[in-house]
Amino acid sequence: MSSPITEADLQAYVDERLEAARRVEVEAWLAARPDEAERIADYRRFGAELRSLYDPVLLEPVPGTLAYVLSPGRRRWVRVAAVAAWMALGAAIGALAGWELHGERPVVAAAPDVGATMARRAAVAHATYSPEVRHPVEVGADQEAHLVAWLSKRLGAPLRAPKLEAVGYSLVGGRLLPGDTGPVAHFMYQCNRGTRVTLYVRTEAAGNRETAFRYAREGSVGVFYWVDRKMGYALSSNDISKDDLLKVANAVYQQLNP
Amino acid sequence: MNEAQRLVDLIPRLRRYARALVSDRASADDLVQDTLERAWAKLHLYRRGTDLRAWLFTVMHNVHVNKVRSARATDPLEDEMPELAQRAAQGDSLVVRDLDRAIARLPDEQRAVLLLVTLEEMSYDQVARALGIPIGTVMSRLSRAREKLRAMMLGQAAAKLKVVK
Repeated sequence: MSSPITEADLQAYVDERLEAARRVEVEAWLAARPDEAERIADYRRFGAELRSLYDPVLLEPVPGTLAYVLSPGRRRWVRVAAVAAWMALGAAIGALAGWELHGERPVVAAAPDVGATMARRAAVAHATYSPEVRHPVEVGADQEAHLVAWLSKRLGAPLRAPKLEAVGYSLVGGRLLPGDTGPVAHFMYQCNRGTRVTLYVRTEAAGNRETAFRYAREGSVGVFYWVDRKMGYALSSNDISKDDLLKVANAVYQQLNP
Repeated sequence: MNEAQRLVDLIPRLRRYARALVSDRASADDLVQDTLERAWAKLHLYRRGTDLRAWLFTVMHNVHVNKVRSARATDPLEDEMPELAQRAAQGDSLVVRDLDRAIARLPDEQRAVLLLVTLEEMSYDQVARALGIPIGTVMSRLSRAREKLRAMMLGQAAAKLKVVK
């Protein structure tokens, strides 16, 4: 007999912190209580909105005054400059998708290119999750079958996590992200030196045809992106060269289109 | 990697949290700057090998609490709900603006818990340590923050519908 579901269980369910067995119990409990299920779904939705509202701050350039606090000697400026460069995604990302909330700068949006929006979203996701040490993914590669089944179900399309060992990368795991038009699957790969690349996969509106590979640079994050039938893909990295990233992108493409 | 470099690496995360905590850019960066200055001055109190991020967020929490306390002494918080109708014509950004505003209207101590859990993805235990409160308090504040946020967001949606009629 399992213990009664508590409010703390529900909160931990919202945050996806429950052990699998308890999660199943909570899901069963919620299935019988539509009002509670709706409340919990709202909590999750507002959580996702909260993240998409504030995560772009991670990509803004760090004002020199802040980094300077930590650099009493000029010597440190070299490092600070490196960090600033890393964070130089700034203005472009800030202007993205109405995130310019405080009205300090007028936003003149270029004609929105669906693919470019995806590339920016992917770069934000890459910059958010790839530095994570403890929680880089929601579901690890040790549960790859579950991960792929779960993400396929949420996206409503059969997904695969490409195998990239041939180009030196192995799967770390993946997570679900909120996208412009629905859930997005996010796979993370790592090479043996610790360099990470992430693959952002979303479903495309019907009618989108195939596109060639395109390359976008969002600050220090390089992104190859393409649309293939009903899926859009974006592969991001901030550590490897464009050529190396292209090799990985090719490997992804070939795996998905045997 | 030395601590100074790790602090620099954590600046974007401090800024994200601060922006959500105090909502206007300038005050948020003031808070980050004060936090970094304090952390830099107190770095000898940080125990190597422990979680630097948790320590830094504790420093930020203390700096923030002190700022709020001194601000309250002179500037009582306004508790009036801002007018909604005038903004009803705006588009999608309304949703996020409303969320921004709803977050700002949460009690300070509830907002801190919600943000550390949701944005920083800290464990409940880390939040308890960062804020110096029992874990039971973390859970009850989290629960109350979410319910309050939901009530505000659903209430605003209802208010907008009325305006449209």
